[in-house]
Amino acid sequence: MENYDLQKLDPIIENYRGKAGSLIPVLHKVQTEIGYLPIEAQKYVADSLQLPYSKVFGVATFYTQFSLEPKGEYVIHVCDGTACHVRGSTDILKELREQLELTEEKITTDDLQFTLETVSCLGACGLAPVMTINDKVYGGMTPEKIKNVLAELDGSDQ
Amino acid sequence: MKITINNQEYQAKSGQTVLEVARENEIKIPTLCYSEHLSITGACRLCIVEIENGQLVPACATPVSEGMKIETDSEEVYEARKTVIDLLLSDHPLTCMTCEANGDCKLQDLAYEYGLEESSYGIKEAPRFEIQQENPFIVFDPDKCIICGKCVRADQELQCSMAIDFSERGFKTKVAAAFDEGLGGDESSCVFCGLCVENCPTGALKYKPAIRKGRDYDLRKERTTCPYCGVGCQLELQIKDNEVVKVASIYDKDSPNPAGEACVKGRFAYDYINHPDRLRKPLIKKDGEFVEVSWEEALNYTAERLQEIKEKDGPQALAGLSSAKCTNEENYLMQKFMRAVIGTNSVDHCARLCHASTVAGLARAFGSGAMTNSIAETADSDLFFIIGSNPTENHPVIGSMMKRALAKGTKLIVADPREIELSSWADVNIHQQPGSDVALVNAMINVIINEGLHDKEFIKERTINFDLIASTIEDYTPETAEKISGVPAEEIRKAARLYAKADRAAIYFAMGITQHKTGTDNVLALANLAMVTGNVGKKGAGVNPLRGQNNVQGACDLGALPNVYPGYQKVEDPAMQEKFAEAWGIEPDTENGLTVVEIFNEAGKDIKGIYIMGENPVLSDPDQNHIKQALEDLEFLVVQDIFMTETAEYADVVLPAASFAEKSGTFTNTERRIQLVNPAVESPGEAKPDWQIISMLASKMGYAMDYAHPAEIMAEIASLTPIYGGVYHGRLREKTLQWPCPDRRHAGTKFLHEGEFARGKGKFHPVTYLPPAEKVDADYDYIMMTGRMLYHFHTGTMTRRSAAINAQEADAYVEINCKDAKRLGIKENDRVKVTSRRGEVETYARVGDRVQPGQMFMPFHYAESPANRLTNPVLDEKAKIPELKVTAVKLEKIS
Ligand code: SF4
Ligand code: SF4
Ligand code: SF4
Ligand code: FES
Ligand code: FES
Repeated sequence: MENYDLQKLDPIIENYRGKAGSLIPVLHKVQTEIGYLPIEAQKYVADSLQLPYSKVFGVATFYTQFSLEPKGEYVIHVCDGTACHVRGSTDILKELREQLELTEEKITTDDLQFTLETVSCLGACGLAPVMTINDKVYGGMTPEKIKNVLAELDGSDQ
Repeated sequence: MKITINNQEYQAKSGQTVLEVARENEIKIPTLCYSEHLSITGACRLCIVEIENGQLVPACATPVSEGMKIETDSEEVYEARKTVIDLLLSDHPLTCMTCEANGDCKLQDLAYEYGLEESSYGIKEAPRFEIQQENPFIVFDPDKCIICGKCVRADQELQCSMAIDFSERGFKTKVAAAFDEGLGGDESSCVFCGLCVENCPTGALKYKPAIRKGRDYDLRKERTTCPYCGVGCQLELQIKDNEVVKVASIYDKDSPNPAGEACVKGRFAYDYINHPDRLRKPLIKKDGEFVEVSWEEALNYTAERLQEIKEKDGPQALAGLSSAKCTNEENYLMQKFMRAVIGTNSVDHCARLCHASTVAGLARAFGSGAMTNSIAETADSDLFFIIGSNPTENHPVIGSMMKRALAKGTKLIVADPREIELSSWADVNIHQQPGSDVALVNAMINVIINEGLHDKEFIKERTINFDLIASTIEDYTPETAEKISGVPAEEIRKAARLYAKADRAAIYFAMGITQHKTGTDNVLALANLAMVTGNVGKKGAGVNPLRGQNNVQGACDLGALPNVYPGYQKVEDPAMQEKFAEAWGIEPDTENGLTVVEIFNEAGKDIKGIYIMGENPVLSDPDQNHIKQALEDLEFLVVQDIFMTETAEYADVVLPAASFAEKSGTFTNTERRIQLVNPAVESPGEAKPDWQIISMLASKMGYAMDYAHPAEIMAEIASLTPIYGGVYHGRLREKTLQWPCPDRRHAGTKFLHEGEFARGKGKFHPVTYLPPAEKVDADYDYIMMTGRMLYHFHTGTMTRRSAAINAQEADAYVEINCKDAKRLGIKENDRVKVTSRRGEVETYARVGDRVQPGQMFMPFHYAESPANRLTNPVLDEKAKIPELKVTAVKLEKIS
């Protein structure tokens, strides 16, 4: 982000200028473009669409698909819906946090490899507990399986 | 239609909600997220009631229908409400013991009523959020927030600052300013009006300066009128012992701020009342030092010296300065003192420096110098043309009302040399050269006439002299005006068409129009524009000067002007002379007296002594060095004030006065509304209200003034002043009144000139463009404008003694354009020196794009960097107002 030229966002914003309800699609495209929604970009969008900063911030923090932090290459979603919860999703989460040295507040590894988030029901309750990594579904998870899954990813990366 | 509530039939109108009907009939339904001033969200579910089939619905969000049957107190309703409260309590700290809101918290009341000591869903063990209080004004504790959203709606729908909104979702939901950096954050648009705090039902939002100063039940409450600007907000002072500790809202639909609005000054700048610097005893200067003396000695000495000058050099050797800060009753007495006790018409006040040209111009064109329409009519206008006025900073509550209208589709033209906040809301945004207004407005009229957009019928029926302006206007094509004003001809055309085509177009202006050598002409040009399009004498239209000081309208109304008695009755009119001679038992001065600037020009020459009440000309008047010299040249100077001001330092006698919070009386706001001022606390030491001081001094000089209470003075005013003829304190306790209000049965006047102008027919005055007196040259190559900013007021005597305000905005500054700054190597907050042909001032630089290249803006509130050391005292011929808005200066960086 440091060196990101915000003016590159102009064409995205231009398409939506003056249209009602354009904030969410614009934020989407900006997030796709930059990878997340840094405050500078939120300000730029707000100024361009003539919206209050408080509103853009409100929307950017409301939807889970938006992120104010840069995300890792792999985004892990651990399901914490009811079915997964009863079948032990908390332990999965704990294991992942330990392995990746993350916490509730710190959700992305320093090397920007992994981001770990919880979500509500992924609609795959039959496979509970469930997690996804970049939209690939991993069902029937146990803390023991975690290490392998992570290692695989790391390996495939190199 | 008929509906049934709790088995009893009631009348209801369609469109009403269940809650409204219930409230009308005094049936209690508890609410948390509802306010009659805000949109309805139905968020809290507390107002649940039962309708047919046992359905539970929120009363605030459910419209009534014919034959509807409603239960507000059934078992189910009770249980449902109890569950709501129970859930809220489960996430609420049980810290009522130390909470500021204890005794004034809806959640606490409900828990009490429903007997919930703690939640059955568990107790909130630890806070989930941090308390946000990085600004001097407002503390936010999200753990006490019940997410009712009232603050967000108050901010977005009423104040229109768009400073806060909900962030996050679900359990983490939180009200947040931009980027959750707090209300005082760098990117926050909060202006600390306090409306969110007033609306918060719990202790989540609280005033920081009031923390631990007392809770609701400890505080005494007194309604009064704000002592700052001409909006005249009604406020509730909350008092503990003898100290004002908080300013809360008053909700009165018959006031300028019906939804409890205020701005940061009215809300937070009250601690000057109790400031240790307040004058407590009369002072006499002996051997160059002030010594405390008794009232007796001070009054005797003052009376003697005034008498001496009067006998030696005649009454015309004395002059009085009255005050736009003081009450109507006090202004009346001050001018009566000068006219009846001394015998001179030389009494004036700082209106000379702000709206003298308005009064002169509008009186000529319409027959009355006041704002034609009312503040509430901002909601009725189709278009605002704002020129030379910055409402969101100088009349913030009106600024917010304008934004509300703009959000609903009212059109906007802003013409200002600076980019003001409202510029970004404008349909046409114009930056004219300072002092080019006549050319700009004439060109708009030119377009309107040439394109046949004028209101021929109105012109024919209601005005005279149209032909005169029609011919003058021919010279002012948009192209000509472009050369003078720098505004592209096309923009002028756009503005003209937009204005002319609006059904109800309202002009708003202030000092950007008046403080010019051509101030009166500027005003006349605007009056022409309004008359050409028939925009006078109807709701939501008009020509609306926004008056700066709380009671500048009243000070003018009550004759603190050298050419008129109270009610604008001319001193040179023999009939009026006779009327007042008889009423006051005097031999009247039959000629117009001297104006402020003339008084100082004559100081030490024809003028030997001045009596100043509540004014600070050393900071407020142009060319400071000249004023200081003038004060030194006087034989005798009396200053009556609440603080030792820069002006009082020069006095022979200083008399300690009571502040607005310590006396009774009335102020008249910018829309001619007369409102009561009520005493809330005792004066410090021996300070006395100005009306009492004047009365005592008059009596010492052998002219009896025995008023027991300002209400008696108002009764005298009513008997002599037709426009105030029906104004009595007793009536004002029931209802505020807008003048003209000629008799006791008259309900007051919302907008002027309906059907007929005050002067009969509206009169067009042809005006031509004249350049400002000062021009830039090689040495003085920038144009400086002066003005106010949101946080401070006038000469800062009051606001700069407010700890919270000063924590926010402590330092003087000059705004310069980034291009100029770059060229001169000046960065934000650098020390700079600004020099004019009359003096120099050091201050901090603020770099940005609010001013155009080649121009500068300096607020005049600061004694250490007095903008008025630089300004030009050249006068408008007709109104004698100085040209404070155009000063040629040079700018240097101090290394
Ligand atoms: S103090 Fe006024 S401007 Fe600030 S957030 Fe509250 S309502 Fe908005
Ligand atoms: S801060 Fe107060 S007004 Fe705002 S949502 Fe919370 S409880 Fe309601
Ligand atoms: S300064 Fe003006 S706007 Fe602010 S509270 Fe006082 S009267 Fe209202
Ligand atoms: S609860 Fe996890 S997938 Fe449904
Ligand atoms: S008051 Fe009706 S839902 Fe809150």
